[in-house]
Amino acid sequence: MFYREAGDFKTSYVADSQTFPIKFDRVRYWIVLVLAICLVPFIINDYWANAVMVPFLIWSIAAIGLNILTGYCGQVSLGTGGFMAVGAYACYKIMTAYPDLNIAFCVIFGGLVTAAVGVLFGLPSLRIKGFYLAVATLAAQFFLVWLFNKVPWFYNYSASGQINAPERTVFGYAVTGPNADAAPKYLFCLAFVLVLGWMARNLTRGTIGRTWMAIRDMDIAAEIIGVNPLRAKLSAFAISSFFVGVAGALFFAVYLGAVEVTEAFGINQSFLVLFMIIIGGLGSIFGSLAGAAFIVLLPVLLKNVMVGGLGWDTAIAAHFEFVILGGLIIFFLIVEPHGLARLWDLAKEKLRLWPFPH
Amino acid sequence: MPDQLLFAMEVTLNGLMAGVMYALVALGFVLIFKASGIFNYAQGVMALFAAMTLVGIQKGQVPFAHLINAVFGTNIHYFGWELPAVLAILLTVVVMIGFAWLVNKLVLRHLVNQEPIILFMATIGLAYFLEGVADLMWGAEIKKLDVGLPQGLNAAIDEATFNLFGYGFFIDNLDIAATIIAAVLVAGLVIFSQYTKQGRALRAVADDHQAALSVGISLNFIWVLVWAIAGFVALVAGIMWGAKSGVQFSLSLIALKALPVLMLGGFTSIPGAIVGGLIIGMGEQLFEFLIGQPFLGGATQNWFAYVLALVFLVFRPQGLFGEKIIERV
Repeated sequence: MFYREAGDFKTSYVADSQTFPIKFDRVRYWIVLVLAICLVPFIINDYWANAVMVPFLIWSIAAIGLNILTGYCGQVSLGTGGFMAVGAYACYKIMTAYPDLNIAFCVIFGGLVTAAVGVLFGLPSLRIKGFYLAVATLAAQFFLVWLFNKVPWFYNYSASGQINAPERTVFGYAVTGPNADAAPKYLFCLAFVLVLGWMARNLTRGTIGRTWMAIRDMDIAAEIIGVNPLRAKLSAFAISSFFVGVAGALFFAVYLGAVEVTEAFGINQSFLVLFMIIIGGLGSIFGSLAGAAFIVLLPVLLKNVMVGGLGWDTAIAAHFEFVILGGLIIFFLIVEPHGLARLWDLAKEKLRLWPFPH
Repeated sequence: MPDQLLFAMEVTLNGLMAGVMYALVALGFVLIFKASGIFNYAQGVMALFAAMTLVGIQKGQVPFAHLINAVFGTNIHYFGWELPAVLAILLTVVVMIGFAWLVNKLVLRHLVNQEPIILFMATIGLAYFLEGVADLMWGAEIKKLDVGLPQGLNAAIDEATFNLFGYGFFIDNLDIAATIIAAVLVAGLVIFSQYTKQGRALRAVADDHQAALSVGISLNFIWVLVWAIAGFVALVAGIMWGAKSGVQFSLSLIALKALPVLMLGGFTSIPGAIVGGLIIGMGEQLFEFLIGQPFLGGATQNWFAYVLALVFLVFRPQGLFGEKIIERV
């Protein structure tokens, strides 16, 4: 009824190839943006920021990053946790080395360093494929975490081996450190999500995204029609790692504040991000956001229902989380391998015909 | 002989023994991969689950006790009996067979013809699921596993080497037992796959699914069979590792140790799993001893195996004994 492309005439190629071809989608997108920027910061409190919104935004960036590599370019990586650690430690080093530098640049620097490291660990992908590669990326995971644990230079020789984010401000508001308020933290992360999400969306539908998808669908065939696998794979590793590194830097600086590397960036984080993109949808930016929201909300919800509602042990709730998470992964892989994003698309298809399906 | 060399020899021996343990886990992977092309990430969690079930049955724990207590407000934990180890092992084998049947029925049958990477991710989901179930069923605390395996320093070797070199090697009895059991297990598997009807069918399926189907071999049966065997191997590995360091969450991480072993040896080769296990076990101990401990600050075991496998794979992508990878458009 209201969800139609009929009557929405496009008069230029730019208008024709836009991200949201249907007017209702465009309007909804802008409404969500306006709400997220103008309304949420005024009503957000510490609980919502720390338990839901900030982790959701940060995991979204990581999920988009991994989705570029796995969903678009077809290279499965289990080293996400390690790459996040690179971002976090690079950000920490530059934050403490240049205290006057704006925190936003520190985070971007973290991303750039991670991109370089990502290219380095992406090199074997030119020879190793499939889950041989997935296992090979575990080398990155374990080696990097070990490195940050063992070399004191990375944590500035602090006695505890931890890294702590000093207070940094943006436009006079603290976004890191113990005095940071909910709203600035949220807005800082949101800014990154918006810019990076916009970048990812446009990268993946341009030339470079198409070469990635060609490599994903069949690399030999892609090579024969003239896609350079070296450039395609390494650019996917670099850009994906940049996203993941930014997520790691934000995770450390804004969300946690203090990080012990084996705990915060262990192998479990790698799996968590992988689960986000499976549940959300491989090869979909919206899916990355949906998956991140799902994985962040699930434990909060379970905890509220089981511990708060039924009065069970927190341990039982934690075990149930594992069962439900694992079950859902299998369920999605069987029933809907393209995840929440595909369900969303199906719903939109139905909505186009509604209320007269035939 | 200089001390350093003697230490290195001792470290090498211990590394080889540890390698046998890795090979034991890797074996389970290879079996499933050969028969169904599935890379079963859940193998480590299966070992954990099997070991927990064994302890639970042996001690007479009530399954899901915490959950039942939480829901019904009761306070039960134990049936109040203790079973002999052999009976408990048999019951655990039955549980693992049931698990194999369930996995096949509920998961694998719906994922036939999917890409390998999808199946791999499904087994990661399975690993999470099984881990949650295991903790819910038997509780997450660290358990002691005792099925009567010998433990502690082997006096005979200690004495023999002391007489020979003037320095007694420390070799754990448990490691020796593990080596023997692993050898028996491998021999048993080889005999099974060479000389029994089911074993031949299994090899036929591993060779070519379609051809095996066309001569009347039931894929379903073979898959249940192979998952049951993998469950049994997981139980053996779980008993060994559990007896060594207690039954706890970290047991499931041995899967991660087995991955580089597989990459080195090739995913499709049983001898590869064993040789790969020995190389990795020995290599990481020696590297830690010679380079890691003195120069790099220790704990290099965490990553050495992976980096070794990674470097190795760049030169030989199918592993030591794997079948050559041929790709066509």
